[in-house]
Amino acid sequence: MGELAAEKHVRYILSIEKKKDSFESVVMEHLRMNGAYWGLTALDLLGKLDTLDVDEVVSWIMSCQHESGGFGGNVGHDPHILYTLSAVQVLALFNKLDVIDVDKVTNYIVSLQNEDGSFSGDIWGEVDTRFSYIAICCLSILHRLDRINVEKAVKYIISCKNMDGGFGCTPGGESHAGQIFCCVGALALTGSLDLVDKDLLGWWLCERQVKSGGLNGRPEKLPDVCYSWWVLSSLIMIDRVHWISKEKLIKFILDCQDTENGGISDRPDDAVDVFHTYFGVAGLSLLEYPGLKPIDPAYALPVDVVNRIFFSK
Amino acid sequence: MAEKSEVEEDDRVPLRLRPEWSDVTPIPQDDGPNPVVPINYSEEFSEVMDYFRAVYFANELSSRALSLTAEAITLNAGNYTVWHFRRLLLESLKVDLHEEREFVERMAISISKNYQLWHHRRWVAEKLGLEARNDELEFTKKILSIDAKHYHAWSHRKWVLQTLGGWENELTYCCELLEEDIFNNSAWNQRYFVITRSPFLGGLKAMRESEVLYTVEAIISYPENESSWRYLRGLFKDETTLYVNDTRVSSVCLKILKTKSNYLFALSTLLDLICLGYQPSEDFRHAIEALRTSDFDKQDPDIARTICSILEHVDPIRVNYWVWRKTRLPQLA
Repeated sequence: MGELAAEKHVRYILSIEKKKDSFESVVMEHLRMNGAYWGLTALDLLGKLDTLDVDEVVSWIMSCQHESGGFGGNVGHDPHILYTLSAVQVLALFNKLDVIDVDKVTNYIVSLQNEDGSFSGDIWGEVDTRFSYIAICCLSILHRLDRINVEKAVKYIISCKNMDGGFGCTPGGESHAGQIFCCVGALALTGSLDLVDKDLLGWWLCERQVKSGGLNGRPEKLPDVCYSWWVLSSLIMIDRVHWISKEKLIKFILDCQDTENGGISDRPDDAVDVFHTYFGVAGLSLLEYPGLKPIDPAYALPVDVVNRIFFSK
Repeated sequence: MAEKSEVEEDDRVPLRLRPEWSDVTPIPQDDGPNPVVPINYSEEFSEVMDYFRAVYFANELSSRALSLTAEAITLNAGNYTVWHFRRLLLESLKVDLHEEREFVERMAISISKNYQLWHHRRWVAEKLGLEARNDELEFTKKILSIDAKHYHAWSHRKWVLQTLGGWENELTYCCELLEEDIFNNSAWNQRYFVITRSPFLGGLKAMRESEVLYTVEAIISYPENESSWRYLRGLFKDETTLYVNDTRVSSVCLKILKTKSNYLFALSTLLDLICLGYQPSEDFRHAIEALRTSDFDKQDPDIARTICSILEHVDPIRVNYWVWRKTRLPQLA
């Protein structure tokens, strides 16, 4: 089996600016904040976050904050809960949470909770269990979970539970590994994992492993490195990760590396990107691959960062 | 399609050369002095976004701004701000939303997996109200004819059914899709959605009888189909006793086991049944015995243990799961 080309991945992440791939740059423009989270978290897991100028990152993040308290995907963009979590997570990586007005960010998130307990992504009202996770994760990092109606939030998530034990984006929506991560993560962070049918869901999740060792997100779909994160973190949160073959999954992720120029792709021999590079590295971290910092499956942040948030005072 | 976009690109006049834009000063993106995730923007994209920022910051509610948002969305549909501004424009300019629906449909050809597109579509449908129902169902049908597992299209379709109605033909539609691809988990999920939520079918209890028949047929055709087995179990949600005692469930297991091929789900379903109190007949014992190979130890009097051993053997990637199941078997009487 190959090895993790750690140094090359570090160089790849740091050198995205030199890539002349205009498609990637165009699609990244509006979600630069998410890109920053993926790239910087992967760097931290690889032990190389200190190569960056903290002040520059922090001042750029703060320039993306909107009057409402939410963050945009880039300077001058409208705020959205997606980017707000990424901003808070990156600040946490750098131990810089003290630069934000916690109440202001909190008020923004609180304003997005709906009557039925669900969350909208922004003022335009798109509802999705992804946003429930984001709101809960963000407020938990800020020690402000008490500001939303947690009971209703949990009730809404449970209303999205299916007969196969999985979760969808809204009630009745098909179970999907990405949505399952969000729902299980939100339930974990609110201490509500007793509401998950762990054995049933665990079996559905471990059925996602295909012959190549990779994981898919739904039955009969192709495996993709990003599910190494969504499926694996969910399995860990419900204590069922030993039900899949770790060795085979590690091999699948390593097979998706560009061993020459760095970066990880969705499937072997595809083009690499920062999104899959993060999910590959994070997946390997969950699999306790040597040389990587451990990552917390619910907060999607390195364990030492989570410990600093909750145990340093 | 490639041909068409090439023509469009050739014909495209940069904004700075269009007379109707001569009074606007573009505003460049401020990425900060030394960007964290620096980005090389294509020239065309940069120009459109620079003009977009100019009209957006000036809150210019004009029809040229509306066409500019269309250009910006064509170049990058992921930008929330552009979509937001477009909706503000549609409202303030009182644009005919039927036309907007056509715009979405054109965009869906290339960017059907874009969240903003679907949210925008829903916004338009909400504004149009009940009259939008059939068009929305047709629109999702069109997308699903290209990708039958399209998550956004299914979400939108569920929203249409619940908000605007149109349940009458939905079960037939599920049948059609499953006829095309019996492994389509999204169609099975929609089928469950319909039988449990349609106001015309009387709910799960009323539908159970006919659905069990349908599902058993589907299982017999393709016993390796994870989706049909899960659906069968779902038909007995919160009705464990009914599940265990329904002879059609145990019979289909036996039938598949006897074929000695593609029997993994039949075996795991039988295991579930036994764990829930089902007492397997001699027929089952013979069928299981026939699946054992010389690799196994001597005959185990406990049929459930034997089932686990076989599953460990035929599904090695999940061996730990089956080992765990073995530790949780009911004690022999």
